[in-house]
Amino acid sequence: MAKSIDVSDLNIFYGDFLAVEDVTIPIAAKSVTAFIGPSGCGKSTFLRSLNRMHEVIRGARVEGKVLIDGQDLYGADMDPVNVRRMIGMVFQRPNPFPTMSIYDNVLAGQKLNSKRMKKTEADDIVERSLRSAGLWAEVKERLDRPGSGLSGGQQQRLCIARAISVEPEILLMDEPCSALDPISTSVIEDLIHELKSQYTIVIVTHNMQQAARVSDETAFFNLSGVGKPGRLIEHGRTEAIFSNPTDPATEAYIQGRFG
Amino acid sequence: MTTTLTPPPVDVSRELYGARLPSWGPQAVLAAGVAGAAVSYAAGANLLQAALIAWVICMGLPLWSVAVEGRRKATDRLVTTLVSSAFVLAMFPLFSILWTVISKGSKVLSTDFFTYSMRNIVGEGGGIYHALVGTLLITGAAAVISIPIGIFAAIYLVEYAEGNRLSRWIRFLVDVMTGIPSIVAGLFAYALFVLFFGEGVRMGVGGSVALSVLMIPILVRSTEEMLKLVPNELREASYALGVPKWRTVAKVVLPTSLAGIVTGITLSIARVIGETAPLLIIVGTTDSVNFNLFDGRMASLPVFAFASQRNPGIPPEFSIDRAWGAALVLLVIVMLLNLIARLVSYFFSPKGER
Repeated sequence: MAKSIDVSDLNIFYGDFLAVEDVTIPIAAKSVTAFIGPSGCGKSTFLRSLNRMHEVIRGARVEGKVLIDGQDLYGADMDPVNVRRMIGMVFQRPNPFPTMSIYDNVLAGQKLNSKRMKKTEADDIVERSLRSAGLWAEVKERLDRPGSGLSGGQQQRLCIARAISVEPEILLMDEPCSALDPISTSVIEDLIHELKSQYTIVIVTHNMQQAARVSDETAFFNLSGVGKPGRLIEHGRTEAIFSNPTDPATEAYIQGRFG
Repeated sequence: MTTTLTPPPVDVSRELYGARLPSWGPQAVLAAGVAGAAVSYAAGANLLQAALIAWVICMGLPLWSVAVEGRRKATDRLVTTLVSSAFVLAMFPLFSILWTVISKGSKVLSTDFFTYSMRNIVGEGGGIYHALVGTLLITGAAAVISIPIGIFAAIYLVEYAEGNRLSRWIRFLVDVMTGIPSIVAGLFAYALFVLFFGEGVRMGVGGSVALSVLMIPILVRSTEEMLKLVPNELREASYALGVPKWRTVAKVVLPTSLAGIVTGITLSIARVIGETAPLLIIVGTTDSVNFNLFDGRMASLPVFAFASQRNPGIPPEFSIDRAWGAALVLLVIVMLLNLIARLVSYFFSPKGER
């Protein structure tokens, strides 16, 4: 499983507006990479371009190359639907399907695609995914209850379970903890540590400590002014970025001296 | 240069504790109004005059308030009184209709009334069985035609059109069509069926087409609003799981908005079930039961009520009573549909956070 990502010279547009400019970054398989940077600098936009989710927004497009284990993500014969099956995503706000039970939410990837499977197989997937998401003990008694009845932290872990139940190669997380309290956050951070052994994880976060705690690699994004495109300023081992950044802007941002 | 402004001394106790009307004040004035109306009615005024007297007495509340409480609270009381009067005024025709229809229509209701047609009936007896069958069949067929068209059009507008020129035109035309007079819909259906079957055609399905013309715009609009309410996050969550767009629409968007859509369907049926003019043109009416939508005239409740009142025969009372009875049954059907809409939105809406 787990694939590597190789991005080179990627420009991302919303219509005519260049949102992210010239990103080149390798992301190793089975590693955790954190994207940090001020709001509006294009971290999320870039993340969404890694599983072609940004195309959902009208007028959005990219130029440049994204290679997933050597395959061109934006190649003419790539089907965005298949890409998204391979590259899962967890969003900022927990978004379980309100019409489905906890059980069905975990199996949403299979059920919505009308995949046929035996009951035992389905039960297995649900238990395995919920266990990896650290939610099994809390919900095993009420799998048939609606997913929206859970607390915010539980809902977010349910969304993670839903994302990993389709066994993606790569997991993208867009500020997964920004709506959660510290306890739920630490549960999810532990979870990221465990998931790292199986998945390549890319996480966007506004929380510097979180980036330092969970990631192997860190990439710092910044924008030079309002209306200007966001850029990747630097990336490297997390220890190096946090202890000895090369760019003064990175240092200023990490130390909190940033506007 | 600075000027020092001395604020006028504020009398805190006066600001915070003003004189107030007693808490029973508004009720007392209302009671006085009702009493005044009762007295004047007993003294020979008619109902309208009595109601007017009650209203004038109620308008005494702001005057009382301005004397005791001051201007700000008096304004509040004045507006409250005006708004409440407008509400009562709006309720008046509703209750008046209900009362009239129930009191005049309920006396003919009987088993016979629901199980007999008007075939070979002169004078007393007979029933609305044929009209009930016609109304249910015609409206049912209209729903079968309109629901798929309306819902698919709304799905196109919300999920696929992305605000392009075609969608703006559709939306504009739908808005125009919601205001179309029902007689025009009837003439349209008649003209359409004349093309195929020749002059003088009468058939139930023509009525269904006419009702569909009235129903589709209502359905498109209500479904569109419901689909817009589905949070975009759910669509994105589904896409992110590798679910194609059409499955996302069919299995995430539609189930999430199902309650609202079904409510819209029910209300649009309630809206067209009482239409008279289009059915009069294309369906006509008859005294016999006709189950075949594609062959000849059919009776329907609104047209039956109209025809019974229009040509009551001699003596007229029985026919007029039946007209009221048909009106009552129609009213009850509409109320039931509204009730069903409520129940549906209660039971189908997503559970959880509530």
